[in-house]
Amino acid sequence: MNEKKELAVAALRNGTVIDHIPSESLFKAVEMLGIANLDKSVTIGFNLASRRLGRKGIIKIADVELSPETVSRIAILAPTAVINTIRDYRVVEKRPVALPEEIVDQIVCNNPKCVTRNQPIPTRFNVVDRGPVRVRCHYCGHEAVGDQIVIK
Amino acid sequence: MANNSIVSINDLSKEEILKLLHTASLFEANPNRHILDGKVVATLFFEPSTRTRLSFETAANRLGARVIGFSDPAATSTAKGETLKDTIKMVSNYADLIVMRHYLEGAALYATEVTDVPVINAGDGAHQHPSQTMLDLYSILKTQGRLDDLTLTMVGDLKYGRTVHSLLMALSHFRVRFNFVACKELQMPREFIDFCGKNGIEYHESREFSPEIINSSDIIYMTRVQRERFTDLMEYERVKDLYNLNNAMLADSRPNLRILHPLPRVGEIAEDVDDNPKAYYFQQAKNGLYARQAMICRALGIEVTD
Repeated sequence: MNEKKELAVAALRNGTVIDHIPSESLFKAVEMLGIANLDKSVTIGFNLASRRLGRKGIIKIADVELSPETVSRIAILAPTAVINTIRDYRVVEKRPVALPEEIVDQIVCNNPKCVTRNQPIPTRFNVVDRGPVRVRCHYCGHEAVGDQIVIK
Repeated sequence: MANNSIVSINDLSKEEILKLLHTASLFEANPNRHILDGKVVATLFFEPSTRTRLSFETAANRLGARVIGFSDPAATSTAKGETLKDTIKMVSNYADLIVMRHYLEGAALYATEVTDVPVINAGDGAHQHPSQTMLDLYSILKTQGRLDDLTLTMVGDLKYGRTVHSLLMALSHFRVRFNFVACKELQMPREFIDFCGKNGIEYHESREFSPEIINSSDIIYMTRVQRERFTDLMEYERVKDLYNLNNAMLADSRPNLRILHPLPRVGEIAEDVDDNPKAYYFQQAKNGLYARQAMICRALGIEVTD
């Protein structure tokens, strides 16, 4: 694995490395994570060579560990991502993100006439395909695929 | 859904559909029955639809139920900003069954999640309208004597017309051949074509409403081509009359052919078709009463056996 080489680029003492993000999803992930407003040190890699994806993105955030909710949002954007948790320069956990069968209250339905867009209702989406990610609104049946998916 | 709510035709199995159709035939033979004495049916029309509301209310009345509700949300708390959830919860205190129409897609399914009272979807935006599909199926069964081995031709707006999509899904339980007749802008969406392909359903797409297609059909299901569906108005002007039906076009059609239309029609069926015995659209609307009586009984868990 090239994991050691990557971590050596900007070794983290504590924090999180989000690896194997498809390049086209990288900046969406950056935005979704609210990195622009973070006061931690962050390294963003774009269009890095990847055997699996061709080109990939990587985000390293010091002193932050991600909540399960954030991890599942990353899964929607970047289902191939792997989350590495770093403590004292060591990878203590290496976990591929997991896209659940149903995603509750994390996606906005693209159908302006959907009941969830007009009433105070948590959205519910079923994952109907995983590569690329395709989701279907539980209520109105509207589908969104890949970068059409809008995260709350 | 824990109860017998009917939100989408896709929730019903072939057996359930056949049972509902059988029950509808019992109601046609004898529509006035006091089997819902003491029951209260609420008809909540968050969007006006006189035809559907009168049909449901007649169905409930002929079964002996009392009907409460509204036909225009402007006169209710909805206009004051009450949420759908609160309206449904409030009505659930009073009614044994909710029949609702809403302009928002998914509203009926959401309603089933906030109440234990069964809900019948009487149309949610452009999404689902299962009682229309049930009356279409009943009309086909009644005029053809079967739902298998039929050729059904859908004409006009196959892109936005929810009735043709729901009918296609419901008929996928049976052996039906389809002709999809529409212009390029309004052709059957790819997902339904793919669905036919995956499920071995025979279909033929055509731009032309040709004599060959008409003369090989058992059912012609006409729909309205609406001007507002077109991005290119030149295209609308070019195609608007291509999918109109007149009596002369039926000269060599099959004796068992029947013409269906969800109504209202505008120009797509000429008035000279009305007197042809093959015109069935007015009886089709009447069949809605029996189909809705059957749906109301099923939603309330009442078996009708004779």
